[in-house]
Amino acid sequence: MVFRFDLERLKVELTGAEIIARFLEDEGVEHIFGYPGGAVLHIYDALYKQDKVKHILVRHEQAATHAADGYARSTGKPGVVLVTSGPGATNAVTGIATAYMDSIPMVVLTGQVPTALIGNDAFQEVDTVGITRPCVKHNFLVKDVNELAVTLKKAFYIATTGRPGPVVVDIPKDVTAARVRYTHPRKVTMRSYNPTVKGHIRQVRKAVGMMLSAKRPVLYTGGGVILDDAAELLTEVAHALDFPVTNTSMGLGGFPATDRQFLGMLGMHGNYEANMAISHCDLLVAIGARFDDRVTGNIAKFAPKAKIIHIDIDPASISKNVKVDVPIVGSVNAVLADMVAEIKAAERGPNTSALGEWWQQIEEWRGVDCLRYDKSAEKIKPQYVLQKVYEVTKGEAFVCSDVGQHQMWAAQFYKFDKPRRWINSGGLGTMGFGLPAAMGVQFAHPDATVVCVAGDGGIQMNIQELATCLQYGLPIKVICLNNSYLGMVRQWQEFFYEERYSHSYMESLPDFVKLAEAYGHVGIKVEKPEDVDAAVERAFAMKDRLVFMNIITDATENVYPMVPAGAGLDEMILI
Amino acid sequence: MNNHDNAKRHIISILIENEAGALSRVAGLFSARGYNIEALTVAATEDPSLSRMTLVSKGTDEIIEQILKQLNKLIDVVKVLDLTQGDHIERELLLVKVRAVGHEQRQEVYRLADVFRGHVIDITENSYTIELTGDGKKLDAFLATLGESQILETVRGGPSGISRGDKAMHT
Repeated sequence: MVFRFDLERLKVELTGAEIIARFLEDEGVEHIFGYPGGAVLHIYDALYKQDKVKHILVRHEQAATHAADGYARSTGKPGVVLVTSGPGATNAVTGIATAYMDSIPMVVLTGQVPTALIGNDAFQEVDTVGITRPCVKHNFLVKDVNELAVTLKKAFYIATTGRPGPVVVDIPKDVTAARVRYTHPRKVTMRSYNPTVKGHIRQVRKAVGMMLSAKRPVLYTGGGVILDDAAELLTEVAHALDFPVTNTSMGLGGFPATDRQFLGMLGMHGNYEANMAISHCDLLVAIGARFDDRVTGNIAKFAPKAKIIHIDIDPASISKNVKVDVPIVGSVNAVLADMVAEIKAAERGPNTSALGEWWQQIEEWRGVDCLRYDKSAEKIKPQYVLQKVYEVTKGEAFVCSDVGQHQMWAAQFYKFDKPRRWINSGGLGTMGFGLPAAMGVQFAHPDATVVCVAGDGGIQMNIQELATCLQYGLPIKVICLNNSYLGMVRQWQEFFYEERYSHSYMESLPDFVKLAEAYGHVGIKVEKPEDVDAAVERAFAMKDRLVFMNIITDATENVYPMVPAGAGLDEMILI
Repeated sequence: MNNHDNAKRHIISILIENEAGALSRVAGLFSARGYNIEALTVAATEDPSLSRMTLVSKGTDEIIEQILKQLNKLIDVVKVLDLTQGDHIERELLLVKVRAVGHEQRQEVYRLADVFRGHVIDITENSYTIELTGDGKKLDAFLATLGESQILETVRGGPSGISRGDKAMHT
């Protein structure tokens, strides 16, 4: 055995900035996304002098956080961000809040004015810890270089364990200049933070007992299954019991979408069969899902006939919105593993005759074909474009979505058989997320096909990142479903505001093809339904180029089914 | 269901890392989630690395359950205890400055303070300042007895709470 003991590293005093660079290397961080500025110049100098950690220069700090977020969602590794003080930090806030709402592991290093100036309204000073407090899992202000390494370690530990989330470390400029000896803190323990991993076995047994007796069960699974890499175990449980599965938007890919047992997404734009199954089930097993209002609709009408089992790593998620009968606090992975063992050990199997009837009912609901749309139309249907993208990419692409109608169509029409392939801002609903998130994904998976699905509104919220894509040669395929409207706003105005389209029309859109070309990319405009197939095929054949597809779609198209605000899940508007 | 119908007063003890911003994390949680804080006291414990807060809130059982869970979720929080769920003692400190002019009034105020087991801790020609501890109701009663006209100024510390018996809220 060879001991790799680098004496030089132990003896030499490093500056705080060098400690940060060295720590990131020791922590195995390969990519960080950032933007320099006064307060972080020492750190940027330290990054310049090393070649282990690759820094990616974005064009706006919001994009740095979304890129790190996409990187994290597609790999499971924490995304790392470096921005300067003041506006650097405030620009990052939207991305931090996005990651917080979806429980994405992220560490954000923010520069701060020197400690002696804190509180003096110094140039580019904001109270970053104060501003970010409500949208981080935790945050730190490092006032002493002696605390720097251990604080960074805590930040990574907190961000990646328990229910993951973003952690901000605010570092004053003088701390990055001060010198101290550095050793990499391999482990950190905190008396105040010890997340529960293992579920209570008696609760697991009770749950399995109820599952084996259930006549009309549904597995309702969310982002927790993805975050905890529990898709295989979930599939095993579902197959062992022959239970139907529905996913939240955050949970897509947690169970194969092409599987017979998959009912599709549930909720406001969920599939008819999924929402009807929820409304009529006698047992609801919620796994790593949090009963979000976009999922439940009117909470009083949600799964009214069901006993509810809820598996979640966060005790505060349990019985927050819906009172549950069997709570199980623990990691989805650990609890599902225990469930598999209990199911195998059980003397009886599931109630197959009742399940047979239940499946018959579900097939009837499935027969409604709630996602049908008019394929003979004169104008391009956005749904068709996404079906074509699915077909051309053979369902293997990473699909990064922006927020709006196109997001729901992508969730409905791109069938995700694998986890971590569907990257979208679920909780916060952040427009401008898609393109920078796709950059992060492409960095993590350089050879994969990465698609950004966006609308003409959201794509303009971080369009400047096309420059970043050119700099790093990211061959993202941007599918811009351009209906000249803020489509989801337009849809609500049509349904609920008597067609008063207040400020939802995008006048003076840029020529996206020229814009893409100006940024050094390929632009393709598609206006006729008959041109879609060839254009999509041509775009995806350009393996090493970013292709921006400006696809002019039917502006009157709406997302169906739709559960209006305040209605129960079984009160859907169907096409 | 009307949330206010079943709202009950709870007194919650929190052990939290004694670090800058600890108080704002707790206060921020309450304002962000729309929970109510009726009183909050905080000071370092015998272990200077820990602070102890006593927080009084009102809510239904469901809301109090969420409050306890959300408090526990704060990374710096070491332990949370709803004192209301067991036998406990509450004490609050009151300092009150009262008008005390002339022999008769000075005697009367002094006597009242004595009845309530209070202490006069500052004396001027025209005023007494009285220190009194007790539960909130006792302090209310004392103030009512003094009467508004006599009171120049009051300050109350908010309740501190501790459980009865020999069990301690250790880390």
